Amino acid sequence: MYDTSDIKKNLKIKLDGVPFSVVDFQFVKPGKGNAFTRTKLRNMYTGAVIDRTFRSNEKLEPADMDERQMQFLFKEGDSYVFMDTSSYDQLNLSEEQLGENKWYLIDNTMVEVLFFNEKPIGVTPPTFVIMKVLRTEPGFKGDTSGGAMKPATMETGLQVTVPLFINEGETLKIDTRTGEYAERVNVKR
Amino acid sequence: MRERSAARTLAALRAGTQVSVAGRVIARLGDGFMLQDDTGCVEVASATAAPMGAFVTALGTWDGARVSLSSIDVVSAGGERFTRAESDWTYLSGKRLANLRTRHAITRAARAFFDGEGLLEVDTPAIVPCPGLDVHLDAIEVLGMGAPRWLHTSPEYQMKRLLVTGVPGVYQIGKAFRRGERGKLHEPEFMMLEWYRNFAGAQDMMRDTEELVAHVARLVTGSTRLPGLKNPVQVQPPWERITVADAFARYASVDLDSVVHDEERFYRILVEKIEPELGRDHPTFLTHYPARMASLSRVSAEDPRYAERFEAYLDGVELCNGFTELTDASEQRKRLQADQAARAKLGRSVYPVDERFIAALEDGIPPSGGNALGVDRLVMLTVGAKQIDEVLAFPCARI
Repeated sequence: MYDTSDIKKNLKIKLDGVPFSVVDFQFVKPGKGNAFTRTKLRNMYTGAVIDRTFRSNEKLEPADMDERQMQFLFKEGDSYVFMDTSSYDQLNLSEEQLGENKWYLIDNTMVEVLFFNEKPIGVTPPTFVIMKVLRTEPGFKGDTSGGAMKPATMETGLQVTVPLFINEGETLKIDTRTGEYAERVNVKR
Repeated sequence: MRERSAARTLAALRAGTQVSVAGRVIARLGDGFMLQDDTGCVEVASATAAPMGAFVTALGTWDGARVSLSSIDVVSAGGERFTRAESDWTYLSGKRLANLRTRHAITRAARAFFDGEGLLEVDTPAIVPCPGLDVHLDAIEVLGMGAPRWLHTSPEYQMKRLLVTGVPGVYQIGKAFRRGERGKLHEPEFMMLEWYRNFAGAQDMMRDTEELVAHVARLVTGSTRLPGLKNPVQVQPPWERITVADAFARYASVDLDSVVHDEERFYRILVEKIEPELGRDHPTFLTHYPARMASLSRVSAEDPRYAERFEAYLDGVELCNGFTELTDASEQRKRLQADQAARAKLGRSVYPVDERFIAALEDGIPPSGGNALGVDRLVMLTVGAKQIDEVLAFPCARI
């Protein structure tokens, strides 16, 4: 069993038999009152997000998942297509099921697909994903006082804040736990 | 005042002016490099290469767009390491440094406000034998003092003891410590602005609060409109005042009397339904707390069901908690003993009753009011930060 101190983003818990993934959480404690953890939970079947408040130290049931390595092939409409590289079986996941993880899927790369009761319901991206900068304003134009960082759009559409010296076409390591820039790698993929 | 931008300072100069520049090499350019200091970036042309990440001082000529260097000193070697996301440079540069400047401006403005009111700034001990007995607050134990000691969860007892002197009032800007509190609005070690006034009560404290926040906002941002965490808040006094009972009725359609004896239910409704609605557009004071949640406040003389306790909310964020202080020593002892019993029942550490504090009340202090305000949260509301981490130099996760 988990309790509220174990709650972190992407933790998988079961409520009334339905698997939920933690999208966001907040420790709250009104002045001199009981502590609670407010959460936003994504229903992993439907993608719908609900609000749920837990009492401090309340017990939570883990949702046990199977993980299988599969290749992400491509996006087709609102559907993301994955393939088992040994059996060549394909399966689809919807944009709602993937949630924020959709930003970390790069065509033809391997990713862990999650199964709950034999049904595919999501993915676990690696902690770090290497991807290219699609668009960012060049270097150091204008007054940059107080701003050592600037916005950039990655090849998957992910928006990140990067240091000023990063240019379009460069390759960066992105931390999928936070969605933030980790470092410049500039390796050929 | 010092010009806050190196780029603007240079732009104001005539081409051909001799200048000296200093900063860190943050990028290589075709025939030179980019130098950065805390105010921004300057492009320099240099025949001599300088290593990435190095701190350099240099002399040169401003040509209207960049500085052509005639001499350069590498005063501290660097390397690419500083550009990594986990480096202090990446972490502190930009928004965080700007937030630290705002934080400084806010504490300066708060001091100016209370100094103007004739209050005495004090600095009471952080290590105490009797931390507060609030049922839901845990103190951090301090070892090595030769006797049981804790870091205080609020400097309340010692500050009230100072009121026996008859000073108009005292204020303190210092750290408070609470075990296990960590979240978007919580940090185990946080900055508290706490003040007490003799011959005053909750009404005076509310007036102080709205005037203080408006004063700080004007001085720091030039306006009384603060960005808030998500939505802007106009902090010009007077602020809205609403009783706890009215808030339960208005925002949760719940009769306060039906939940007042179930503390967990009370706070769950407060957290889920009411707090997010408070302080939208304009700050809100929540007043008339149920007497059983009086803490260290006086129970209302007009209606003993309520305590003269209030909290202020801005954009859904609880900013402060204030009282008409309870000055009756025997009532105070009874309440602290009840808190000890409640803590024991919940399996929480039971701290001793502060007998010196009780003795000060027995000796007598004037009727007084007090308030404790979270400085980090005020900074968050002022800069539009969503997490307390953003306004701290180093949150506990990065020490």
